[in-house]
Amino acid sequence: MIELEGLTKRYGEKVAVDDLTFTVRPGIVTGFLGPNGAGKSTTMRMILGLDHPTAGDVRIDGTHYDRLREPLTRIGALLEAKAMHPGRSAHNHLLCLAQSNGIPTRRVHEVLDAVGLTAVARKKAKGFSLGMGQRLGIAAALLGDPRILMFDEPVNGLDPEGIHWIRTLMKSLAAQGRTVFVSSHLMSEMALTADHLVVIGQGRLLADTSMAEFIERNSRSYVRVRSPQREELLATLHRAGVTAVESGDGALEVDGSKAERIGELAAGSRIVLHELSPQQASLEEAFMRLTAESVEYHAHSGTPRPPQAWGEGWKKG
Amino acid sequence: MAVTQVVRSEWTKIRSVASTVWTLSLAVVVTIALGMLISALSKAEFDSLGERERLSFDPTFISFAGMSLGQLAMIVFGVLVVSNEYSTGMIRASLAAVPQRGTFLFSKLAVATALALVVAMATSFAAFFLGQVMLGEHKASIGDPGVLRAVIGGGLYMTLIALFSMGVAAMLRSPMLSLGILMPFFFLISNILGNVDATKKVGQFLPDQAGSKIMQVVTPVDDETPYGPWGGLGIMALWVIAALIGGYVLLKRRDAQ
Repeated sequence: MIELEGLTKRYGEKVAVDDLTFTVRPGIVTGFLGPNGAGKSTTMRMILGLDHPTAGDVRIDGTHYDRLREPLTRIGALLEAKAMHPGRSAHNHLLCLAQSNGIPTRRVHEVLDAVGLTAVARKKAKGFSLGMGQRLGIAAALLGDPRILMFDEPVNGLDPEGIHWIRTLMKSLAAQGRTVFVSSHLMSEMALTADHLVVIGQGRLLADTSMAEFIERNSRSYVRVRSPQREELLATLHRAGVTAVESGDGALEVDGSKAERIGELAAGSRIVLHELSPQQASLEEAFMRLTAESVEYHAHSGTPRPPQAWGEGWKKG
Repeated sequence: MAVTQVVRSEWTKIRSVASTVWTLSLAVVVTIALGMLISALSKAEFDSLGERERLSFDPTFISFAGMSLGQLAMIVFGVLVVSNEYSTGMIRASLAAVPQRGTFLFSKLAVATALALVVAMATSFAAFFLGQVMLGEHKASIGDPGVLRAVIGGGLYMTLIALFSMGVAAMLRSPMLSLGILMPFFFLISNILGNVDATKKVGQFLPDQAGSKIMQVVTPVDDETPYGPWGGLGIMALWVIAALIGGYVLLKRRDAQ
């Protein structure tokens, strides 16, 4: 279990992570979603005690990271693909990490085997592709057989086979009762793997919900209708108790009705239709809408500032 | 977190990168070869020296002449051992594995310093004996007063140079920045400050100027250095301690990147 409480990180004026409070529970895959630059990596670095929070607190199973004895046996993390010395072999990279936490050398061979790098174990990491580097990072995370796993954008640079492998891996880790916390900037990726969703934008918590609930709430289906007799169509729909909204490009959008019914209503009133198409808003759109709101909210919050004097903008850096 | 585990881990790290081998090999080869060359040249020049110079003639110190260049390889070793962690991103994996930053840093420094000490001692003895061979009849003997102290001191000097570099690299993190400051400083600036009359009084308290006093057996005729061989090494040790404290404090306080 990972517990964040009011976790905040500021770099000077800039707020990277803003008062985050949520809990990552065992037994499920928790997706950590946000656009690039939303503060996901900073949050993960603070969980690992690499970055010091400006305010707030984060605990691993109730303990601060730097108080953990042999932390790799409690929580394993994949941060950047290349958190390794390029001149060191895969085997030695894992060996030095294992030794520092009293993990037997046998485990090095086991995890190399698990990620499929046994054949290149003695090769220097500098010759590795992005995908191989990612696999080595995952091997390091699995090294101490920890109950908590954290992956920062794990599918980056992986080929389709590798992506499938990591999805299966995360699900099976969660099925074993482990805590799995995985970040991504792709909603579609999360929809396939995560059971629970934490969404942030500009460092703020936007949603902390189960995946099923998020889908139900955000997957809006509607019918798009275009007609040269727009006003008559609107009146007809209104009489039938169907609400239609204008979509901006002259078309109408009708929520919660079937295309058949709208077609029949139009035919009954002898209205010509140019388009009648059922639409499904994707989760990706729902996610973008959610984060776009946070950006807008951010830009409009606070009191308006007077126009800047020339050059003031770049003086502050 | 057992310190022995972290020390073992750091030993695996240091022995598994190529830069360890080439920097230390370069330090050995350059120090010995240049020492032999200058010893041979000094022997050839001895007859043309004036009486004053002959009184100051220090065969032990001459055989260590290669250290002025060899120490640069030691600096590179010290800088890379620490700054490699930052330039490669390894520091994030390292501190996630060992979040007790003091344990991490001092285990790393202990391993690197122990290795540097072994190499530096062997280099110092080799440079002395081979240098004396080149000096022929003007040679010093290891049994002469002060000579053994100077030879052991030479090994300690090179070790402290490496350790000082590690402390500086822990503060600056970037290998290029660390080398860009340390190399010209030890190769040029310190020498200039130490040899220009106006700055000599300050220059002689710089780490390399003070520390290299330990390698002198014959005190130059008009020498006014206010400290002896061990005093000089002590001054150097104070510089090293300051650099290490700086490195530790900054590592402790900063975010790991």
